Amino acid sequence: MAASYDYDDSSAVPSQQQPDSLGYDPNFVPDSVKSFVVHLYRHIREKNVYEIHQMYETSFQTLSERMFKDSPWPSVDAVSPLVDNDHVFCLLYREMWFRHLYARLTPTLTQRIDSWDNYCSLFQVVLHGVVNMQLPNQWLWDMVDEFVYQFQSFCQYRAKMKSKTEQEIALLKQFDQAWNVYGVLNYLQALVEKSMIIQILEQEKEGLEQFTATDGYDYNGGSNVLKVLGYFSMVGLLRVHCLLGDYHTGLKCLLPIDITQQGVFTSVIGCHITTIYHYGFANLMMRRYVEAIREFNKILLYIYKTKQYHQKSPQYEQILKKNEQMYALLAICLSLCPQVKLVDEAVNSQLREKYGEKMLRMQRYDDEAFALYDELFSYACPKFITPSAPSYEEPLVNYNQDAYRLQLKLFLYEVKQQQLLSGVRTFLKVYSTISFGKLATYMEVDEPTLRTILMTYKHKTHSVDSDGKIISNADFDFYIDDDMIHVVESKPVKQYGDYFLRQIVKLEGVMSDMDRIKLD
Amino acid sequence: MGMERDLGQKHQSSVAEAVEQLVAVNPYNPDILPDLENYVNEQVSSQTYSLDANLCLLRLYQFEPERLSTQIVARILVKALMAMPAPDFSLCLFLIPERVQMEEQFKTLIVLSHYLETARFRQFWDEAAKSRHIVEAVPGFEHAIQAYAIHVLSLSYQKVPRSVLAEAINIEGLSLDKFLEHHIANDGWILEKGQGRGQLISLPQNEFNHPGLKKSAADSIPLDHITRIFPILS
Repeated sequence: MAASYDYDDSSAVPSQQQPDSLGYDPNFVPDSVKSFVVHLYRHIREKNVYEIHQMYETSFQTLSERMFKDSPWPSVDAVSPLVDNDHVFCLLYREMWFRHLYARLTPTLTQRIDSWDNYCSLFQVVLHGVVNMQLPNQWLWDMVDEFVYQFQSFCQYRAKMKSKTEQEIALLKQFDQAWNVYGVLNYLQALVEKSMIIQILEQEKEGLEQFTATDGYDYNGGSNVLKVLGYFSMVGLLRVHCLLGDYHTGLKCLLPIDITQQGVFTSVIGCHITTIYHYGFANLMMRRYVEAIREFNKILLYIYKTKQYHQKSPQYEQILKKNEQMYALLAICLSLCPQVKLVDEAVNSQLREKYGEKMLRMQRYDDEAFALYDELFSYACPKFITPSAPSYEEPLVNYNQDAYRLQLKLFLYEVKQQQLLSGVRTFLKVYSTISFGKLATYMEVDEPTLRTILMTYKHKTHSVDSDGKIISNADFDFYIDDDMIHVVESKPVKQYGDYFLRQIVKLEGVMSDMDRIKLD
Repeated sequence: MGMERDLGQKHQSSVAEAVEQLVAVNPYNPDILPDLENYVNEQVSSQTYSLDANLCLLRLYQFEPERLSTQIVARILVKALMAMPAPDFSLCLFLIPERVQMEEQFKTLIVLSHYLETARFRQFWDEAAKSRHIVEAVPGFEHAIQAYAIHVLSLSYQKVPRSVLAEAINIEGLSLDKFLEHHIANDGWILEKGQGRGQLISLPQNEFNHPGLKKSAADSIPLDHITRIFPILS
């Protein structure tokens, strides 16, 4: 649910919702809310994850839809007597309160600062280990996701300096720690470290610990909150680093999670999508196109097959949005690295339907093609941020587009460097051997230029993976012997190993089920 | 295969270890900024390289632009060029504000990177000669770029004409003879007679210039995936 409003910030000026003007009384608690709060509190104390999940996913949405469509929920002070003034519950309530506000209204600066304070208090409670609750993964993911979203939203908001009132600037200066980038990163990092999640995942590989098998829940009476928040924080860090343009570090933060396997991150669809979207994007920016194509293909196929089950989910809109964006990114990847064989038939036909015609034009590398790369990138890229505070002394200018423009420019620069490669590819496809001179004539360039084009092709189609190894991304490869070019078509090898492993596990499950059945 | 990235990493000094430790434990701490800056200089003088530490420093500059030192940034970028074929140079640029990139010395470095990315070695060496003050401040620069040029050549060629090699690494005549001798003795290069047009150098085989050597990596499964079925197998 956390970000169906991912791109909301275009409505630049905060409308300064005055609660009273809408007839909203923060102290009025309708009966249905009373009942909601009391029950949720009880379920949390009883560690009834199933009921908590129901209330969180369904009741909260229904009530919001019915009673708080365009006004905030009752204030925390009004409900806290109903829950024994429980400190942690109030922090959780306020977290939801702000999330709902961000989704439906425009937060004021004061509200943004208050929400930051609330996250600080909440995370501190969790980090000091005084929480003994068991919360649904969905909720814990939403916390991390929303935390990062509100940070991004704050950076965008702050960067629009032109429209700031003097009062807002004074507040920004006074509360310069609110949504400070160091604070944000350090909270996520602290959650990762304090939860020992990296060690837990390591130990799990050796069979010494269970985490993935129980979806991160603790069936021995302990709390899952710190562990799972720590786990999701690794995805949060990936996202923050991508927003900052630091793709290498982002991917490094995600390393402890093996994304080729099922894991806790796949247990929450929003998290699954966020992870793969950013993973794929980072790989695209690092020129590891095959890796990006592989993962985009998998998730797009998954969404294609399971979309219908999410229709009623509050995340549905966001799922569709990211789905569309990832098709655009896949179109970019395949235009730069036409490894269509890596893409499943269902995904491919969707892709052709959405971008087939554009992809043809992107092969041409004229001005129009660049405009298309620009368009698709701008549509599908993360909402980049400038993390530093503005200099309040200088004339106030908007700088909210700076980070995006830089990433776009550098991306288009890369595209430009590859502009002659699709021409070579066309010829490589039809010859098994061709002499240097002949190919130069066909391509209407001189031999030295052809040589640079061929070597550029080699360089751009061979990326360096995270271990420093050279990986070929080429669909058509070649080698040169003196002045003869020999072409080799690379055939992707189907990976059967994983498939067999899964079948072995499945079979074993069936057999042990059968063993358990006693025939009279 | 010898195709792994050669970072020119010598043994890590104690300074290096201390800083790497700092970066690992405290990646988001503004106080380590001076240590990271010193470490960049240390990398330059000791001919070592740490992308992680340098990105960490660029990140801190990004958070507090008023602390940015253009001299240090320039050194990081030269080091990143030397790390080619890895995409380190772009990774650094992604983090450097555009107005900083507008400065003359960075424009030059961006042009140099462009020539390397598009394998235009002749232009690269000409441009580098004009910008000695930037690149000569970093020992090992020439050697690192030559290593990259040889890397691209060995991806592409089984046998490369001497003149092509000479242009790519910017060495000619007697120096080239010596260079070749060294590689013949140490790296398995073989000198052959071309068809009337001077010498050919036969480069060592790898899976990219001899596709037959490519082992199907796809058939292998990482051990930790297999561990999942250990209980079943036992």
